Amino acid sequence: MYRQWTRFFVLSLKMLNGENEMNGFGSVIKKEALYIMRDRRTMVITLVMPLILLLLFGFAISTEVNNIRLVAVVDRHCDATRDLLERFAVNDYFSYLGEVNQVDVEPLLRSGKIDAALFLKTDDGKIIPQIVADGSNTTSARAVTGYIMGVIGEPSASQPVLTYTLYNPQMKSSYNFVPGIMGMIFILICAIMTSVSIVREKESGTMDLLLVSPTRPGTIILGKLIPYFVLSCAILAIMLLLAYTVLGLPLSGSIFNVVALSLIYIVLALSIGLLVSTIVDSQLTALIVSAVIFMVPVIMLSGMIFPIDNMPGVLQAVSCIIPARWYIEAMRKLMIQQLDMAYVIKEGSILLLMTMVLLFISITKFRSSR
Amino acid sequence: MNSIEKVISVKNLTKKFGSFTAVDHITFDVMKGEIFGFLGANGAGKTTAMRMLCGLSYPTSGEGSVAGCDITSQAETIKRRIGYMSQKFSLYGDLTVMENIRLFSTIYGMSDKDIKTVSARLFKELEMEEMKNALVRDIPVGWKQKLAFATATIHNPQVVFLDEPTGGVDPVTRRRFWELIYKAAADGMTVFVTTHYLDEAEYCNRVSIMVDGKISALDNPAALKKKYNVSTMDEVFRIVAKNAQRGE
Amino acid sequence: MIKLRILLALLRKEIKLMRRNRLIPRVIIVMPLMVMLVIPLVANLDVKNVNVAVVDNDHSQLSRRMIADISASEILNVISVGDSHSEAMLEIEDGNADVILTIPPDYSVDMIARTAQVDVEANGVNVTKGMLGARYVSESVLGTLAGISAQSGQKIKTDDISIIYRFNPTLNFRNYMIPALMVILLIIIGGFLPALNLVNEKETGTIEAMNVTPVSRLVFVLSKLIPFWIVGIMVVTVGMLVGWLVYGLVPQGCIGAIYLAAILFSLVMSGIGISIANSSSTMLQSIFVMFAFIIVFQLMSGLFTPISYMPVWVQYITYMIPPRYFIEIMRSVYLKGTSIAELWQQYLTLASFATVMLFVAAATYKKQS
Repeated sequence: MYRQWTRFFVLSLKMLNGENEMNGFGSVIKKEALYIMRDRRTMVITLVMPLILLLLFGFAISTEVNNIRLVAVVDRHCDATRDLLERFAVNDYFSYLGEVNQVDVEPLLRSGKIDAALFLKTDDGKIIPQIVADGSNTTSARAVTGYIMGVIGEPSASQPVLTYTLYNPQMKSSYNFVPGIMGMIFILICAIMTSVSIVREKESGTMDLLLVSPTRPGTIILGKLIPYFVLSCAILAIMLLLAYTVLGLPLSGSIFNVVALSLIYIVLALSIGLLVSTIVDSQLTALIVSAVIFMVPVIMLSGMIFPIDNMPGVLQAVSCIIPARWYIEAMRKLMIQQLDMAYVIKEGSILLLMTMVLLFISITKFRSSR
Repeated sequence: MNSIEKVISVKNLTKKFGSFTAVDHITFDVMKGEIFGFLGANGAGKTTAMRMLCGLSYPTSGEGSVAGCDITSQAETIKRRIGYMSQKFSLYGDLTVMENIRLFSTIYGMSDKDIKTVSARLFKELEMEEMKNALVRDIPVGWKQKLAFATATIHNPQVVFLDEPTGGVDPVTRRRFWELIYKAAADGMTVFVTTHYLDEAEYCNRVSIMVDGKISALDNPAALKKKYNVSTMDEVFRIVAKNAQRGE
Repeated sequence: MIKLRILLALLRKEIKLMRRNRLIPRVIIVMPLMVMLVIPLVANLDVKNVNVAVVDNDHSQLSRRMIADISASEILNVISVGDSHSEAMLEIEDGNADVILTIPPDYSVDMIARTAQVDVEANGVNVTKGMLGARYVSESVLGTLAGISAQSGQKIKTDDISIIYRFNPTLNFRNYMIPALMVILLIIIGGFLPALNLVNEKETGTIEAMNVTPVSRLVFVLSKLIPFWIVGIMVVTVGMLVGWLVYGLVPQGCIGAIYLAAILFSLVMSGIGISIANSSSTMLQSIFVMFAFIIVFQLMSGLFTPISYMPVWVQYITYMIPPRYFIEIMRSVYLKGTSIAELWQQYLTLASFATVMLFVAAATYKKQS
């Protein structure tokens, strides 16, 4: 099966190859394509990794607290306290572990066996509740106390506030992560794979072989980039398919804009790879540079996981030069909010500009590095 | 011949990679102190055969012994008694000449005192004294190969395996390299060398020619030339390898 | 004895190679600083500055009071008050507003009949912000309503509740992140770098030269790992110093407990790293596999998003993720002063992971093919 596909691919490349003029170009593409295909494990990883990441984020990472482990300390029971504890026991968000003595609360919290303790003290016939929560996990601590307060103050009759969620009615965080993962995957695959493959040719000396051939350097570079471009397009197709089917992102006309913008971003990532390859001269360095200079900022500063609003001003400024930030922002508008192209003109033109600048610098550098 | 000690003895040694038979039932012996040439076109199976003898690769079937040890069950013992110089230059480029020598001699269990005397002698022999503190990656190819040979033989092994030791160097350097090989053989070391320079085959005591994983000819160079009625090893090789299926 | 000499010789080689490499020393120095100084600033999932667009169709005293209460909140900002819902929607589409509060006409009149409702709409694109933002707005509205209706009676009222956050009274997010961040450093230094180093020797062919020598597998693998273990311990020390000097955070518990956890976790990571290196033949392969591990480890270990937030079936999967235990230990020891005895389950699990992974690493490293 695999072999047939490879043959099909090579054949279609041969057709592309055409006459003499294109000969050098076609053979560079063919060689690179064969190289990618032959390293089957890398190929499988590059196709499977986006899949796993999307599913993992889509299903595994939710932002809803569940299973809050709670104990109660009650000094004197009355109807109100019994009623309240009963409400905790039946609430799905809580696993109510029963009543304990006051002295046991501290060790339970310290060893992480409970998330919070509810103290109900009766003073002058009035119940004074106190919540002691494990603050070592700041994110969940606030939500935990919020839920406890919600149960205590449960409105009995009417519902004075109705809450809706726009764009993402089930509050699925998968929606939110799809653009982020796409932004990351393309940098990972395009930038790292191209830089490493070019540097590998430099290391083994075959680059010189290509450069002394009558083929023009621009053609060689294009020939090397095209197979990775095709691979990235395949990955894009897989991710979009998954996002619109399994993750249930609403399908609409904006998908064309999504594809168009993604193609720009892929070219951008490829030119980053090219640029890295002209600067470094060993595979190990290429990997570390790509990882440290591109991966880390993409994960940390692009707004993929952490909201840019929360960052200090300096870092917000830094995030402006990270292409992934603009790509992710545009993708969120297009894919989740279903807005049309007019709303992403800013992001789109920034990406286009960055692509052209990077492509220009890397090609000039490649020429002069000979 | 029988009175002389066999250092390498191989019977029906075979290595398959999936359905591809890289080495196909080869059988031969190598005597102590011999320079044994192992010839063949690219892809004939020379390196695979050599890797099995060095304990780097398990044979699929067949048996063999090197320096008195079985190649499958006693591979680790063999490694104490042999030296190996791979086709690809494999010393540490970021260590100096001296550091590489010290590293490998320590691995072979030599004492600091021995290392000092042996390395001093080596540097003199190889005329490398002034570059002993240079990083290996900065020294010329010819010197690298001499250095690789020196580290492969520093522990005075019974057999040294050389996989295309003179690839890519000029004739003068090659000639010098063969002087080193002769000297080692004269000291009683057995030398097992693969090459595709056919003029080098003339320097060997005996030569085997591998074609498509099998040994097609095995004798001393003079006898081979006589058998095929030609005047150079080059012609012998052309006749023997004429029907080869594999190769470039 | 001879083995020890060989090990020392190999270690000397590794340290020299490490120092002569242009990049590795820089990575070792720059990375901890970057991780410890930048990530705490960035990795902040706190929700603040929720922007609210109010659509006030009531124009009553009550609606004005609601808006005033929202503005008074520390977290909520009222960015616009208008009559038209579509204008408010535009604010959301442009990303200026996160939540819309709609007060219907005649709200204050209907209030008395208890049939009136206000609408809160949250932007779901950023789930965390949307969800919490909506909750804060409705809490504020409820507060306003509670204030004016001034209920009385036996019922327990939410304003009476006092809340104490143990171990981190101000809920400072940095106190929560910093101890756990060392996990990133150890994943990279303990697992990533030795694996790359080993694959590099494979690609340059020097490992072949080692494989034909009598060096035993254990000695060779140890010579690869020990330098990185030492570096790992140094980096953890630097990390603790940065935590103390920059953020004023000192462990409440015993420092030995931290080092023990760091050592165990480094063993686990090196086992994983070496196993990956053994099964890959090129650097590209190993790096992709390791990236996959790093991403899964970072996202599922509870480093950024708490495990208790994940669906229950995923929570079971996280028991298979070694950094989960390291992070639990670090946070407990740092913030709660928990002792090794109280955390014996976590330490034991890490130790078993280490044993299994090192065994796998030794078994998959072959001198012969």
